[in-house]
Amino acid sequence: MSERMGFFTDTSVCIGCKACEVACKEWNDVPDDGFVFRATSYDNTGALGASTWRHVAFVETADNWLMASDVCKHCTHAACLDVCPTGALFRTEFDTVVVQADVCNGCGYCVPACPYGVIDRREDDGRAWKCTMCYDRQRGGLEPACSKACPTDSIQFGPLDELRERADERLAALHAQGRSEARLYGESPGDGVGGDGAFFLLMAEPEVYGLPPDPVVTTRDLPSMWRWAAAAALTMAAAAAASTTWRR
Amino acid sequence: MARERAMVPKAEFSSYYGRPVIKAPIWHEPNMPLYLYLGGVSGACAVSAALEELRAEPSRRLGTLARLGSALGCATGAIFLVTELGRPERFLNMMRVFKPTSPMSMGSWILAAHGGLSAVAAGSAVTGVLPWAGRSAALASGVTGPLMSTYTAVLVADTAVPAWHEARRELPFLFAGSAMAGAGALGMLATLAMPEEAAPVRRMAVLGAALETVAGAVMERRLGALAEPYRREPLMRAARLLTAGGGALAALSAVPARRTGRTGRGALAALSTLPSRRTGRGGRVAGMVLAAAAAAALTAGAVCTRFGVLRAGRASAEDPAYTIVPQRERLAAAERDQVSG
Amino acid sequence: MAECHPVGFQWVMEAKARGAKVFHIDPRFTRTSAMADHFVPIRAGSDIVLLGALINHVLAGEHDFREYVLAYTNASVIVSEDFRDTEDLDGLFSGFDGETRTYDPSSWSYQGLEEEAAAGQSGEHAAEGRHHAETARADQYGSGGAAAHPRPHTDETLRHPRCVYQVLKRHFARYTPEMVEEVCGIPAEDFHRLAEAVVAASGRERTTAWVYSVGWTQHTVGAQYIRAASILQLLLGNMGRPGGGILALRGHASIQGSTDIPTLFNILPGYLPMPHAHSTRTLDEYLDHAAGDTGFWGNKRSYMVSLLKSWWGDAATEDNDFCFGYLPRLTGDHGTYATVLGQIDGIVKGYFVVGENPAVGSSGGRTQRLGLANLDWLVVRDMTLVETATFWKDGPEIETGETRAEDIATEVFFLPAASHVEKEGTFTQTQRLLQWREKAVEPPGDCRSDLWFYYHLGKRIRQRISDDEIDRPLRDLTWDYPEHGENRDPSAEAVLREINGTGPDGRTLSSYLDLKPDGSTRSGCWIYCGVYAGEVNQAARRKPGRSPVAPEWGWAWPLNRRILYNRASADPKGRPWSERKAHIWWDADKGEWTGADVPDFEKDKPPDYRPPPGATAQAALSGTDAFIMQADGKGWLFAPAGLADGPLPAHYEPHESPLPNIMYGQRANPARKVYNRAESPYNPAGSPRFPYVLTTYRLTEHHTAGGMSRTLPYLAELQPEMFCEVSPELAAERGLVNGGWATIVTSRAAIEARVLVSERIRPLRLQGRTLHQVGVPYHWGWAGGGVVTGDAANDLMPIVLDPNVYIQEGKASTCDIRPGRRPRGKALLDLIEEYRRE
Ligand SMILES: Nc1nc2c(c(=O)[nH]1)N[C@H]1C(S)=C(S)[C@@H](COP(=O)(O)OP(=O)(O)OC[C@H]3O[C@@H](n4cnc5c(=O)[nH]c(N)nc54)[C@H](O)[C@@H]3O)O[C@H]1N2
Ligand SMILES: Nc1nc2c(c(=O)[nH]1)N[C@H]1C(S)=C(S)[C@@H](COP(=O)(O)OP(=O)(O)OC[C@H]3O[C@@H](n4cnc5c(=O)[nH]c(N)nc54)[C@H](O)[C@@H]3O)O[C@H]1N2
Ligand code: SF4
Ligand code: SF4
Ligand code: SF4
Ligand code: SF4
Ligand code: SF4
Ligand SMILES: [Mo]
Repeated sequence: MSERMGFFTDTSVCIGCKACEVACKEWNDVPDDGFVFRATSYDNTGALGASTWRHVAFVETADNWLMASDVCKHCTHAACLDVCPTGALFRTEFDTVVVQADVCNGCGYCVPACPYGVIDRREDDGRAWKCTMCYDRQRGGLEPACSKACPTDSIQFGPLDELRERADERLAALHAQGRSEARLYGESPGDGVGGDGAFFLLMAEPEVYGLPPDPVVTTRDLPSMWRWAAAAALTMAAAAAASTTWRR
Repeated sequence: MARERAMVPKAEFSSYYGRPVIKAPIWHEPNMPLYLYLGGVSGACAVSAALEELRAEPSRRLGTLARLGSALGCATGAIFLVTELGRPERFLNMMRVFKPTSPMSMGSWILAAHGGLSAVAAGSAVTGVLPWAGRSAALASGVTGPLMSTYTAVLVADTAVPAWHEARRELPFLFAGSAMAGAGALGMLATLAMPEEAAPVRRMAVLGAALETVAGAVMERRLGALAEPYRREPLMRAARLLTAGGGALAALSAVPARRTGRTGRGALAALSTLPSRRTGRGGRVAGMVLAAAAAAALTAGAVCTRFGVLRAGRASAEDPAYTIVPQRERLAAAERDQVSG
Repeated sequence: MAECHPVGFQWVMEAKARGAKVFHIDPRFTRTSAMADHFVPIRAGSDIVLLGALINHVLAGEHDFREYVLAYTNASVIVSEDFRDTEDLDGLFSGFDGETRTYDPSSWSYQGLEEEAAAGQSGEHAAEGRHHAETARADQYGSGGAAAHPRPHTDETLRHPRCVYQVLKRHFARYTPEMVEEVCGIPAEDFHRLAEAVVAASGRERTTAWVYSVGWTQHTVGAQYIRAASILQLLLGNMGRPGGGILALRGHASIQGSTDIPTLFNILPGYLPMPHAHSTRTLDEYLDHAAGDTGFWGNKRSYMVSLLKSWWGDAATEDNDFCFGYLPRLTGDHGTYATVLGQIDGIVKGYFVVGENPAVGSSGGRTQRLGLANLDWLVVRDMTLVETATFWKDGPEIETGETRAEDIATEVFFLPAASHVEKEGTFTQTQRLLQWREKAVEPPGDCRSDLWFYYHLGKRIRQRISDDEIDRPLRDLTWDYPEHGENRDPSAEAVLREINGTGPDGRTLSSYLDLKPDGSTRSGCWIYCGVYAGEVNQAARRKPGRSPVAPEWGWAWPLNRRILYNRASADPKGRPWSERKAHIWWDADKGEWTGADVPDFEKDKPPDYRPPPGATAQAALSGTDAFIMQADGKGWLFAPAGLADGPLPAHYEPHESPLPNIMYGQRANPARKVYNRAESPYNPAGSPRFPYVLTTYRLTEHHTAGGMSRTLPYLAELQPEMFCEVSPELAAERGLVNGGWATIVTSRAAIEARVLVSERIRPLRLQGRTLHQVGVPYHWGWAGGGVVTGDAANDLMPIVLDPNVYIQEGKASTCDIRPGRRPRGKALLDLIEEYRRE
């Protein structure tokens, strides 16, 4: 496996141009996601989904406009990958999480499993889709389409370790400028998903952008869940045994 | 001050235009809930079938019924499951991997094993060929059965859906109870004409209903605010009524069936005077009516439970409050721990 | 800028990261505002007050960069005694003729030059004031401006009451922070913050740049907005220096190229003026009118003769005035709006619409369509079936029952065009940089490049023309480019080479200084001369380079200079103003100008050069005359000629303004172009029926009239519906609901739009009242092969123009807004009629 590659999305310099959204669709041949006027500022895409792998959020605050480009987090402990029953989701040599479209049978399990609400099933196609971190481009030595298109380097692509360093520096610089609201999100390997391969510098609390404040990979609790299920199974067996007329 | 704040937690939370943070389960109605129901029933039937084999004098009729219930439940359930897939023709891709981290992968193998066993068991019972094989399969399905009925609880709980994940302890019991109640109810229907054989299935139905009711109550209590989606869900409310009521009726139906009301105790006994005052035949008919009503209620209850759980889960996923507020509280608690520690 | 030039905006972000302070001045809080250090909300149409107050701040506080101002501007020049300012005439300058609504600019001249001008010794014929006003507008001087004496009377102490500096001081004295508050709605503290920042970031060590686009130009005083910014920048020494300037962010890809080699009616390639039918019959007459004799425009004969030679080749000789007579002539205003009105009046019979969608994109949509409907023939060349090509069957007038398809006799030819990736050629971007593009794919089906179209159209016409004398100009035209490929595409490189020009030996020239007035050289556009130097396509160079100007990336006109007038980046003695801001400087040892950039100055002209008497062209400019295209080599704080509406900017209200002009008695620009037409009536100024300011703009997600974005699902889904932006206060006042519908009404039309209620649109408090602005993007139309459709904002807009450049006032008019969708069919007409009556 080569170095772990990732994204550092610095929302403090995102100008909301949506070039990332469009570049992603162009490169990956993602269909349109419907034509709905949502009256939610300049965001008519709404959220990440099967046909939106980059999503630019627009948050109108009292005196500013926050813009942020969201994407699959390529979690260290990826719930989607954990729960996929077909092996369609796999971890690549770049330590990213990718769906193999030719394997996915559309069971839909990954969809509610993702703690960030990223992956989704495209109903007319039947399969689950999400950002591949441009696996094909990376294999060809190219950077992903979205970061390539980003005019302000809000989306930075590179080895995750480097990005984390860069993010720390950027955060310190912003704090030095008195922008105490700046914070990193998803960069810590100690969080509920073991850190994101795509992490962010946010200018407000994560939920303001539609991000979960404390996401957890639910498979963390899987052993205990199986234990409870086993207990229930035994209870069931016992109850059934008790129901049986052993003697007449 | 700090104390006051700690006592009156801030109710407000911010979100992105009220949009959900996570994706709601995309599983459709009726496919997914019916699969859960049928799978559960199949599992419970399998347990009955196995237990029947363990009895000193197995009842052929009951055994066959249970094996058939297990096999049919599993088969129809599987059909619903497969049609729920976005690419049904790729169902067998589930068999590409054996993945302990995926309840659905484990479930697929359980389903495959269970389906195979119950098919063999039922086939043998119906055709009479290879009775030893049928018997072993029936016995083995006694192991896969309870797994079949409860793994689905893990399946739904191992998601980011708040009302499911946080209910991960109780859901298996709820599902087990619902499966037994459902299977018991079907058994009661099947044994309407042979009341003498009905006791075990009736007991199963009653115990299942009780288990489900208790598990549900415990779950809602422990979930706190996250219980709201369940409480608000009409099908869930209906399920609770139907299951509890059906369970009670099932218990009642035992009284006239035994004519003398020997087992009728307390309030049940008092109630039971009504049908038992009639003639024996009349009591029998009344018992049948009661049993049928109980079975219908329990079946409806079991089905409603599965629809209700799915809908409540979806509702909890669609409202960002259920995702954000508990996570915020968790963070706040962690912070408090850090501060005090 | 973040909205419309997001890729360019990365450099603003870069500058910001390095410590630059960014102010955003706009009626709306946009993506740009979100990235700026300070957002300054302003009432649309009031920027001259803000800029004037900044000028006043600089002058009153003597914050000007005095050494620069004295050396490089006309601050010390004495203005004619006859000049009267708006201060004296309550909002008018001297020379205004109320009947024709035009200015005679003779009284604006420099002292002592009035007589000279009258005697016809310089290009500007003061006696022909009327003529000036009608045909010799700014563009008529090319990029050089009007003639002015190279050595006028001056007062270097700047104390003479009629020196430009003092005239300026008096003129701008009334532009105070209080006025900014009352007219622009900008609180005094915001103004002071801006003023202090601008002053602090100007001078030797620092520069300030002003960046603008059509928020500044689409006004009846648009050109004067830019003038105001130029004055400020000249006073602060921010012109011709790195990090300075007034940067016009241009629009369409290569729109810069389409003014250099113009698609405009009144200029020829290289900003040479178009000849006039009556006053410029011969080449000599023409050259006498076109710009001054001193400065680089002094070589205008070489530029013009080389152009004529490039067009008519061997047929152009000294004896036949180099075929000057073949050129078409102007008889007046042939601008796009005048042309459309001519169509309605039945004067204009045929129309080529190439890469434009006026039925949606031009002001007064209905007028545009009425014009189209009254043609004999219409040719539309576009990549998609835009509304301009389909108006006759699905236009709004069909819906209201005003017209019927069967009554429209216009024969429409739709010819599919190749897109930019389907053809080769150059783009000239906003920095004057030409960049060559290869063809990536063959155009599909019948799609052809515009070059193909015009070349083959020309060939076919030439096959059919007679031997008649009247057809001689076409017969004589050089029309012979190598063709290649299946479609017989003419070689774009051959065209570029022709534009560059060739010498007597037939080889390409490398500089416009090599152009000759005797017909021995050819050049299709003198400012582009050098783009094919050494027979090499310089525009195709792609070397990023480490120098601050990346000189081998593409090619910038003129002569690959990256900063114009960069002589001003050094002090009069030729030393950089500061090490930080060094750009080019005089190397005394080598006897030449040197530095990172190509000097915008004669390479070997020393700083102490003084012109001999009677010198012409560049020889007439001294070693400190940095503004080399000007006849006097100076940056003009005061413009003695060249503008149709005054030598200095003055604040006038927009034509349709809800407010009175509290600066002067004169309400709106007196020289603005007004067309009182029944098809397109105006909202009465100050009318309570139209109490809100209406402003139009673009979205990042769409492009102009929508033909290139509404058709693309990836863009269309990002902004799927026509909407309007209003403040929560206005929404409450009018019962508008976020996500609901609104109907916006003017005297021209009523359109519907979804409502976006946002605190980003801030009500302004000024003149004792609250003023609301309604913002609408103009990208939607009813059809156009789009995956999304919507009402067209331009149906609302008036046809009223800036008198210098004929641009429409698209940014500041008035409207009413009401909840709900608009009526359909005839009821819509009734609604508009109701508003017109009141
Ligand atoms: N995405 C995208 N990019 C484009 C285009 C496009 O359609 N879409 N079009 C291209 C073209 S053709 C052009 S010309 C350029 C235009 O680029 P811009 O000029 O940036 O475009 P606009 O959005 O029309 O207007 C700019 C701003 O001017 C503000 N404004 C209006 N009136 C006033 C005023 O009186 N004073 C001040 N200070 N501001 C005012 C508006 O609110 C708006 O935010 O963009 C080019 N780039
Ligand atoms: N209300 C209001 N109105 C405005 C403005 C405003 O700010 N407010 N802005 C004004 C400005 S600055 C501008 S530039 C105009 C723009 O207005 P228009 O020029 O009328 O509109 P576009 O949509 O840019 O039209 C360009 C057309 O060219 C086609 N095209 C693209 N490439 C080629 C090609 O290579 N060859 C050919 N033949 N066709 C091609 C495209 O498909 C498109 O339909 O709108 C003006 N109108
Ligand atoms: S964000 Fe969701 S979809 Fe992406 S890797 Fe993590 S769990 Fe999977
Ligand atoms: S939908 Fe596809 S990717 Fe998702 S879990 Fe199922 S098989 Fe895996
Ligand atoms: S990395 Fe590739 S697939 Fe992922 S959002 Fe960016 S462009 Fe799309
Ligand atoms: S491309 Fe970059 S700047 Fe533009 S919206 Fe995406 S992240 Fe933001
Ligand atoms: S569309 Fe082209 S010209 Fe406009 S900002 Fe993007 S790259 Fe620049
Ligand atoms: Mo433009």
